[in-house]
Amino acid sequence: MKDFRVTPIRNGTVIDHIKVGMALKVLKIIGIKGENSQSTVSVLLRVPSKQNEWKDIVKIEDRELDPKELSKIALISPSATINIIRDYNVAEKFNVEVPDIVKGIVRCQNPGCITNQSEPIEPEFVVESKKPLTLRCIYCGRIMNDVSDYLI
Amino acid sequence: MSQDFKGNDLVAIRDLSREKIERVMDLAEKMIPIANGEKRCDLAVGYVQGSLFFEPSTRTRLSFASAMARLGGTTLGFDQPGGSSVQKGETLADTIRMVDTYSDVIVLRHHAEGSARMAAHFAKKPVINAGDGAGQHPTQTILDLFTIRKAKKKIEGINVALVGDLKYGRTAHSLAEALAMFGANLMFVAPASLQMPKETLRAVEKIGTTPKVYNTVEEALPEADVMYVTRIQKERFPDLAEYHKVAGSYKINNALLKDAKPELSIMHPLPRVDEINTEVDSTPHALYFQQAFYGVPVRMAILALVLGVME
Repeated sequence: MKDFRVTPIRNGTVIDHIKVGMALKVLKIIGIKGENSQSTVSVLLRVPSKQNEWKDIVKIEDRELDPKELSKIALISPSATINIIRDYNVAEKFNVEVPDIVKGIVRCQNPGCITNQSEPIEPEFVVESKKPLTLRCIYCGRIMNDVSDYLI
Repeated sequence: MSQDFKGNDLVAIRDLSREKIERVMDLAEKMIPIANGEKRCDLAVGYVQGSLFFEPSTRTRLSFASAMARLGGTTLGFDQPGGSSVQKGETLADTIRMVDTYSDVIVLRHHAEGSARMAAHFAKKPVINAGDGAGQHPTQTILDLFTIRKAKKKIEGINVALVGDLKYGRTAHSLAEALAMFGANLMFVAPASLQMPKETLRAVEKIGTTPKVYNTVEEALPEADVMYVTRIQKERFPDLAEYHKVAGSYKINNALLKDAKPELSIMHPLPRVDEINTEVDSTPHALYFQQAFYGVPVRMAILALVLGVME
């Protein structure tokens, strides 16, 4: 009897150490929407982890992520690591990084903020703290800690 | 020093250091004889103030217009968006770009928080925030500080009680931070449901002041040198009966003031509804009309500095 849950991928990206419960949000970030997706995607929820007890993992075949996607993943799961796989080998491995300025990827949670009023500007935040995550809207000053429901 | 102001925006009180606020207040002091009409000046002849008030305002709008006129300049703009292209669906960004070409300084009041910061982004000319929704109203804060300094000769060490809606009142938040910066002793007087938000408390404590918190005016009154009263807004209460109960206990009248220091000054950003009884108006405690007047010299100073017509 074969004993593996998910097979290794030949080319693509493995997003490892995703904060448990966040894998589905990661799928949303990388735009995997079933029918339209050209890649095979494997999702592992609640995998035992040495570092954090539990983690989620997402594997995407034949695709590498762009910087905006990486920043978004960092915002909802700063512990995530990215493994770029080429020909079954890990060609690159790095941690996602929360940028100092978050621009155009998160909406301000303040409904009264000018960035939520159809004006021609991108929402922008200063990262006041990376751990715990604290963003301050440069327009209205609202402080945000959990951005997972406000990703653009 | 004026080079630090010339062409710069004034969006939030935090944009200004204590030294810069003091510079504005020193200049405002000199502007008083011009503001009250004793003297004339032509510092800003030929300068145009673009005044965009998307929300109703009496004191702020009129005192900015008066300030510009007293400096010799003119004001154009609107006091309600109804008569402007905004009604046709124009964005604020486009309105700002247009007014930017018609004027030398833009004064903006808008309901959206952060609107002045955005306007500053689109305008080449300096933008002065005259209130952005529940956000900032820095010229009000400076005129409040100026009023205290005029009445008490100093701000440091003065016991200032902020009374009323400290949770939602925008003037209370920025004033608390500015007062802390100037070394005043802060007293926060509000029902538990309307007390100062944690962020402001933290900000004030970070500056080095530990405010005293009170739930009733009576407790705070004997110690206060200045009592800054703000309106408790009906719309903040889901239960009208609860509003009447709370609002009723924060009304200032002469009977209550018997326990006050003789030199206590009462301030209010106005408009008041009934939180200060009109019988207080004729007592030496009433400082709120003087406070409203100081809006003119303070805004003259700010306009003169950002326009660069004062050295």
